[in-house]
Amino acid sequence: MQIIVNGEAVEAPDNLTAAELIRHLGLENERLAMEINRQIAPRSRHDEIVIQPNDKVEIVRAIGGG
Amino acid sequence: MTIAADTLTINGRTFHSRLLVGTGKYKDMEETRLAIEASGAEIITVAIRRTNIGQNPGEANLLDTLPPDQYTYLPNTAGCYSAEDAVRTCRLARELLDDHTLVKLEVLGDEKTLFPHVTETLEAARTLVEEGFEVMVYTNDDPIVARELEQIGCVAVMPLAAPIGSGLGIRNPYNILEIIENANVPVIVDAGVGTASDAAVAMELGCDGVLMNTAIAAAQNPVLMASAMKKAIEAGREAFLAGRMPRKRYASASSPIDGTFF
Repeated sequence: MQIIVNGEAVEAPDNLTAAELIRHLGLENERLAMEINRQIAPRSRHDEIVIQPNDKVEIVRAIGGG
Repeated sequence: MTIAADTLTINGRTFHSRLLVGTGKYKDMEETRLAIEASGAEIITVAIRRTNIGQNPGEANLLDTLPPDQYTYLPNTAGCYSAEDAVRTCRLARELLDDHTLVKLEVLGDEKTLFPHVTETLEAARTLVEEGFEVMVYTNDDPIVARELEQIGCVAVMPLAAPIGSGLGIRNPYNILEIIENANVPVIVDAGVGTASDAAVAMELGCDGVLMNTAIAAAQNPVLMASAMKKAIEAGREAFLAGRMPRKRYASASSPIDGTFF
């Protein structure tokens, strides 16, 4: 299926959970937060939440800033 | 009163340092770490941005360099021009940092000056306070807006000294004084500090703390400037607590006239 991750179109397997998407992107060792279609996808539910086609996913981290 | 007892309290959280420092604009992670250490800051601001996917897997990580269990993180809403974006950013920050609810709210209104957009800031503050965030809010030096933000429930008010990154120092000390005298929450000058004396002036006015980033990061020697700022904050605070002498129009000799032999 096609989804948007951080503004970019990404091809991903169907029926991916949020946790599987993170692994698919190689981010499993990162401290991050996820939003799907502007809703927070809490870490505690990453194994339950299933990504749908055309979902807009944002994955963010903390970086230096003032 | 000893300085050791003169702690900064923000919504029940106690700090020894009254210097808050941003983590942006440094040369690299090592310089960031050294500067923050030299500053003695306990509260550091961070930005929330998209993760790089598939790039730089070995890249130095802010959380590894400055661990969240050693520092109090203050995620900011830098770059947000709407209440909606700022609220989204805070929700993501809270999720990122395991339900950490202390945030720095800033909603900008103009790219050139980076002045805060007052009405968007007020709206974002209301929403965030309702959602249980502890909001430390970047604002202009308008005492009425500062009062409104406090009444909404912000845990600290952070008036700018001058535009972000401008290094101009406190442009309007009388407004800052007005805010300090009317506030029942900590007042922390945020933005526009350029050098050590600017930080000392803020503390002499009675500010509870100063937040800065560019003043340290853009100095020729950031680690040395961080050390200078630490001392300036302490000096300014002691001067404030000591109660300065009044300003006078005319001279008042420091040595007695009695006993002069000429």
